[in-house]
Amino acid sequence: MPSTPPEPAAIRAVPSSSELFGWGRTAPSGADVRRPTSPTELQRALPTNFERGLIARGLGRSYGDAAQNAGGTVVETMDVAAFTIHESDPSSDTVLVTADAGASIDRLLHALVPQGLFVPVTPGTRYVTVGGAIAADIHGKNHHLKGSWCNHVVSLHLQLADGSIVEIGPDRDAELFWATAGGMGLTGVILDATFRCPRIGSSQLVVDTDRAADLDAVCELMRSGDHLYDYSVAWIDLMATGSAMGRSVLTRGRFASAEEAAPKIGADPYVYKAGELVSAPPFMPAGLLNKLSIRAFNELWFRKAPVERRDEIQSIPTFFHPLDMVRGWNRIYGPAGFLQWQFVVPFDATSTLTTIVEELSHSGCTSFLAVLKSFGEGNAAPLSFPAGGWTLALDIPAGVQGLGPLLDRLDDLVVGVGGRIYLAKDSRVRPELLPQMYPRLHEWREVRERVDPNRRIMSDLARRLGL
Amino acid sequence: MRDALGSVQSVLVLGGNSEIALAIVDRLVASRCKKVVLGVRSPASATATLNRLRSAGVDADTIVFDALDAASHTKVIDAAAARMGDIDMVILAFGILDGHSEIDTDPVFAAQVVQTNFGGAVSAGLASAVQLRKQGHGTILSITSVAGVRARAENMIYASSKAGMDSFSQALGDALIGTGARCVVVRPGFVHTHMTEGMKPAPFATTPDKIADTVINGLQKNKEIIWAPSIMMPMFLTLRHLPRFLWRKVSAT
Repeated sequence: MPSTPPEPAAIRAVPSSSELFGWGRTAPSGADVRRPTSPTELQRALPTNFERGLIARGLGRSYGDAAQNAGGTVVETMDVAAFTIHESDPSSDTVLVTADAGASIDRLLHALVPQGLFVPVTPGTRYVTVGGAIAADIHGKNHHLKGSWCNHVVSLHLQLADGSIVEIGPDRDAELFWATAGGMGLTGVILDATFRCPRIGSSQLVVDTDRAADLDAVCELMRSGDHLYDYSVAWIDLMATGSAMGRSVLTRGRFASAEEAAPKIGADPYVYKAGELVSAPPFMPAGLLNKLSIRAFNELWFRKAPVERRDEIQSIPTFFHPLDMVRGWNRIYGPAGFLQWQFVVPFDATSTLTTIVEELSHSGCTSFLAVLKSFGEGNAAPLSFPAGGWTLALDIPAGVQGLGPLLDRLDDLVVGVGGRIYLAKDSRVRPELLPQMYPRLHEWREVRERVDPNRRIMSDLARRLGL
Repeated sequence: MRDALGSVQSVLVLGGNSEIALAIVDRLVASRCKKVVLGVRSPASATATLNRLRSAGVDADTIVFDALDAASHTKVIDAAAARMGDIDMVILAFGILDGHSEIDTDPVFAAQVVQTNFGGAVSAGLASAVQLRKQGHGTILSITSVAGVRARAENMIYASSKAGMDSFSQALGDALIGTGARCVVVRPGFVHTHMTEGMKPAPFATTPDKIADTVINGLQKNKEIIWAPSIMMPMFLTLRHLPRFLWRKVSAT
């Protein structure tokens, strides 16, 4: 069984207190940060702070406070990253991979792609861990066909609040498994997971690009054609108003065969290079991103996209992870930080999507390109975000005046049509809306009560939202 | 917990009858704040506020707080934490304003002003910091004054006590870096309140509501020092550096 060596031994941090924040760099909190290198060490970390609890943290890509635990313990899993690619029948479409919770998609891809494999789901960044992928039940450009990450998980090991380790899956304590999927790390510490990875024909994608003049046009393109593509997402300009409101660039694709990829990359169809081109400067003055600069950027980006292009060959990083080329891009928002607001509304509430896009466009709320996608059906997890419908995600500088009341109003619109917002992105929603957004919240709470009656697994997000 | 836009869910006001603090509380309550504890010398004085907050659905209470009783400050903070759990924000809003020159001839009262405004802020600030460190999060909102930027002959006791408070608060904020807790300084200009009734308004005089709006905005932008109104910043940074003979002239008018 081919197996990668574990990462170089983690530097075992002497228990130290440090301040952590999410990717949006808002509302940091102090915690005792530890890096256990084994379940035994983790077990020892568990009871250290009985009162304030413990949460696991991967690469800190949740936008808000999901991987923080003020005054408590935070266990960082990122240096523990061994994984195994299991042998399989060459005729099967997928291959089983077992990875430690701390293994990142970045690390996985470097090993998987050269062997003709891909991850089942990837978000817009490859710097997320397997543990985080499960805790947030992440989705990607293939959600309309393949669902979210946990749909592909066969089993996982979870260390519970009492220190015991259980193996769970869709067929083994399904209740706890689905509470862990999208459970924001609050059912226990995920140690490793086994999941199905699809085979690919090459490391390149065949990509079609369509420029859509407005929101109706892009929705229509997605409605009529998404089923023809494995991957689909639209980038939408929320600063355009009038007849251009909702103008978008839709990119859709599938993995190329070795023959299709050959003219671009030569003989080795699985060559994979992914790196960072530049770093964002370490310090950014406040207000660098303003209405003018963002509007100009969006304009330029829309104009440079082709009106319609077919069969372009693109690499994995270009197609899936364009923002990863700039290390630390989250710093460009300056000292106030930024937040991401992502919601989903059912397809029959398309008019609500239009209303929200209108409100955002007219608010003059400064937002870089936002992402629009049509989701397939959701899964069995009570706290999993994706559900059949339209999802829109946008980054907004946190200092924008009037942002709080605006988003509160938009939350109400979302809830009004049975939609919800994504907890992994959240940093400001009103706690009282959660039972409406996640009607099965009480089921999830029952499972948590069963496995952690004393709330020893705790995070700032859980405290803020009263989960 | 504080959210990404600076809203908090629980607040302790030390000096619970301060009009500026209560205007800030009104705004916090309109956003995410569900728990308020008012620290006041005499709880009866805050009954009206308490009723108003409670009728708005807030879990509100009073607690006895005397700025001059430094020995009690830790107990006050502990009691507030026992009452509401994590304290997301402590507002240091107590203080005595002297606008009268008689104070020059009353050293005992002058010392009491300093004890309250500066001494009280130090002991209450430190007691709060212990709790916020333990929680791993929380904001101390220290309401000082632009008067503290440069004292005038006319308000020397108040101004110098606020200068001490301001200086202490900044350093406390620095000491808290890396703990999750922080200290934010608010420097209001002249504000029309009961405290300033009968005094001659300074330029750019404003109201508690306007101050509160500026504070909320500053918290959202994650500022360490909030000048209110914001014009106070360029104005006082200039005034601070005037030669003394000029400052005497300007400040006397």
